[in-house]
Amino acid sequence: MSTLHTVNKSPYERNALKSCLDHLSAGDLVLLIEDGVLAARKGGAFAQVLGDVGRSCKIYALNPDLAARGIAVGDLVEGIQTVDYGGFVDLAADATRVCAWL
Amino acid sequence: MRFAIQINEGPYTHQASDTAYRFAKAALEKGHEIFRVFFYHDGVNNGTRYTVPPQDDRNLQKLWSELAESHKLDLVVCIAAAQRRGILDANEAKRQGKDGDNIAPGFRISGLGQLIEAGIESDRMVVFGD
Repeated sequence: MSTLHTVNKSPYERNALKSCLDHLSAGDLVLLIEDGVLAARKGGAFAQVLGDVGRSCKIYALNPDLAARGIAVGDLVEGIQTVDYGGFVDLAADATRVCAWL
Repeated sequence: MRFAIQINEGPYTHQASDTAYRFAKAALEKGHEIFRVFFYHDGVNNGTRYTVPPQDDRNLQKLWSELAESHKLDLVVCIAAAQRRGILDANEAKRQGKDGDNIAPGFRISGLGQLIEAGIESDRMVVFGD
């Protein structure tokens, strides 16, 4: 039983990421998409919290959205994995449900 | 696996319709089924055939219509959200006394029951929006 949480807004713009992280259960998955990928940058204001959450939940970022924003895979917080749209589909299928933090 | 997709945002507001389209395409390529795509709130703006973006820009309405045709997708536009935003099919245009309709090929207008049914009949419901 795990939930895939999607976050599509920048954490510098809205508090969707914070709300999401505050509601996670151990074993849940978080996928950062669209402007949500801005949270994943190493050295950013959310690097520490994502690193901490990453110990009990897997965190992913959508690679085409990273590329569109000029964020290289090497610039990501350690432990964050990247997926393409096919990987997004796989995560949604493998989880029990999908929750979008809009 | 059977997916349902809900889109709450118009085609050129941010990125929700783009993401949903690419997700839908990837799911179909992996052999999954898409039970229905439900366009709600400003998402209904994806369903007007009068969309005419610049030629070098993506035409999301056309992309959805083409995907619907090639994979027999059920694209449903919420009727209340559509009427507020001037999205009409021939029946609604006649009923409201309007001089024309603008619903895009492959889209149909229906109610929220279709969203509930999609949630019940599908294994996963994935929402894209603002």
